[in-house]
Amino acid sequence: MKDYLKLAWRNIWRNKRRTLITIASVFFAMFLSLIMRSMQVGSYGHMADGIVEAFTGFMQVHKDGFWDDRTLDNTFAYQTDMVRDIESADNVKAVIPRLESFALASTGELTKGILVVGIDPVKELDLTHPDRKIKEGRYFDQYSDGVLVSGRLAEFLNLKLNDTLTLLSTGYHGASAAGIYPVTGIVEMPNPQLDRRLVFMPLPIAQDFYGAENMLTSLVINVHDSDDLKNTKKVIEYLLENGIYEIMDWKEMNPELVQQIQSDQAGGYIMLGVLYMIVGFGVLGTLIMMTTERRREFGVMVALGMQKKKLGLILMIEMLMMGLVGAASGIIGSLPVIGYLVRNPIRFTGEYAEIFESYGFEPIMPARFEGFYFAGQTAIVMIIFMLAIIPPIYSVLRLKEIKALRS
Amino acid sequence: MKVIEIENLEKIYNESEIKVHAIRGIDLSFEQGEFAAIVGPSGSGKTTLLNLLGGLDNPSTGKITIGGVDISSLKSSELINFRLSNIGFVFQAYNLIPVLTAKENVEFVMHLQGKPKTERDARTKELLESVGLGDRLNSRPSKLSGGQQQRVAVARALASKPKFVLADEPTANLDTEATENLLDIMERLNREENITFIFATHDARVMKKARRVITIEDGRVLSDITK
Ligand SMILES: Nc1ncnc2c1ncn2[C@@H]1O[C@H](COP(=O)(O)OP(=O)(O)O)[C@@H](O)[C@H]1O
Ligand SMILES: [Mg+2]
Repeated sequence: MKDYLKLAWRNIWRNKRRTLITIASVFFAMFLSLIMRSMQVGSYGHMADGIVEAFTGFMQVHKDGFWDDRTLDNTFAYQTDMVRDIESADNVKAVIPRLESFALASTGELTKGILVVGIDPVKELDLTHPDRKIKEGRYFDQYSDGVLVSGRLAEFLNLKLNDTLTLLSTGYHGASAAGIYPVTGIVEMPNPQLDRRLVFMPLPIAQDFYGAENMLTSLVINVHDSDDLKNTKKVIEYLLENGIYEIMDWKEMNPELVQQIQSDQAGGYIMLGVLYMIVGFGVLGTLIMMTTERRREFGVMVALGMQKKKLGLILMIEMLMMGLVGAASGIIGSLPVIGYLVRNPIRFTGEYAEIFESYGFEPIMPARFEGFYFAGQTAIVMIIFMLAIIPPIYSVLRLKEIKALRS
Repeated sequence: MKVIEIENLEKIYNESEIKVHAIRGIDLSFEQGEFAAIVGPSGSGKTTLLNLLGGLDNPSTGKITIGGVDISSLKSSELINFRLSNIGFVFQAYNLIPVLTAKENVEFVMHLQGKPKTERDARTKELLESVGLGDRLNSRPSKLSGGQQQRVAVARALASKPKFVLADEPTANLDTEATENLLDIMERLNREENITFIFATHDARVMKKARRVITIEDGRVLSDITK
């Protein structure tokens, strides 16, 4: 076997230029696809992280129908045993209660429609880290009865720390809701849409404001492994009382985003397909040339007593060597580039930046290493070589000695 | 002892529309240790006959028995193994494997036979020395002259310890000196080790050395003279 490897290795270097061109084509295909993919994966990851940060969380439990009709009539009671049940499910990290609704915010001369989110000051810390987003003032403590106002909203309403904010709304069961609250902190939300219209309240204060005592609009569920949402969702569905609740994952809550990722991914696959098709035909051409010009040599080998199968094996080894050298060089070549992009994400400006921001993400495209993908691409290259090798091997297996010797 | 027996051999090429009757009924036999030349004008069927003897092509009718084995009864893969252990080839165009050194070219068939390394090394060295190339073991074919390449080819043909060696116009591309040299080597190997050589040639120098000259024309044996 060692000698076959040696023979194969020398054979592929018989025509250095051709071999280098073949290897280079594999190199570029691998190089491009690995970098492209690592950026894709990186930006999906970035988006997914953004979603958690930007608040929908990985999954939410609502009263059935809430997502389509987000009124306070679609609320449900905060039951600690239900929360405990969900918390005990596998992969569930935390269950966070919220009461979200709309209100008019006013400072006297200025008024704006806003989103009020009542949060559990302690539980929320693990998921959306509102404490880390405090720009001015302080995060809630146990006794807080004030509100946190998002940065751009505070700017718009010209609010300073310790100013008072008047909120008006319709409460639970159509009652009217009104309240005056001190601004105890300004929070900077990464999602610009939210940053323009968000007011955080401690959950009991929000429930009190809306006259919805002990009621919630959602339980936000944080998980350990975000790749296992499907199963986790099933488990939770099973725990919940039939027909009363709906459970949605972030994909269902953000269909446009999912669509965008999918079309992006499809575009990527098409490009890769074209790339690999070009490489595949190039490789096929090389292999056919390599084997036709060595026809007589094959005839000699078989005449001397080499089985055609063995000859085919040597050819296969040659092709695999070329493929592996190409794949390995592609991996080695792309690693520093990906490494650089992991540390220095591409930052978008202009129109692209706006699209990103409209979904609530920082307009960057970080790269991410994905070992599985490296293996996958190598496998694809190998499969291409294995497919391209079929015609040459077939012709070797059918080789007629005297014909080959005469060529 | 008879190494080869040919009975009523015929070969018709019918791949193209015009059928060519290249061998038209040949009966011949060869003894162990012969040094025989098959001669005849171009197109008389020498190469065709050698190819049939070497199991590289199938006869249309007739039978070739080598060491008691009817080679037309062998399957393609069996025939390849049969060649490996029974027949050595020397081609007009040398046909060494270009990526292998002289030593590796000779070793190649022993490799195929699965001979252990020590045996391969010893025999390769001995053979290359006996063809006068003991100092060129590690040269690639492209670094050797035509005569040297053909001597490597002779060493390669003998490496598997075949029953006989078939050489189709082995001297056609060689100058007089290289031809004499090659013929001397083959003659010596034939004499000292009793190796059977069968040439197809129209080279007078080869005919002169041969102890048996079989003349064929139009696919038939015209004369068969043992000196
Ligand atoms: N593959 C082939 N197909 C058809 N005719 C062939 C083929 N090979 C040889 N011939 C013909 O068979 C005859 C004998 O050829 P060959 O054995 O090569 O003669 P030689 O070696 O004595 O010159 C010639 O007429 C030649 O044209
Ligand atoms: Mg001829």
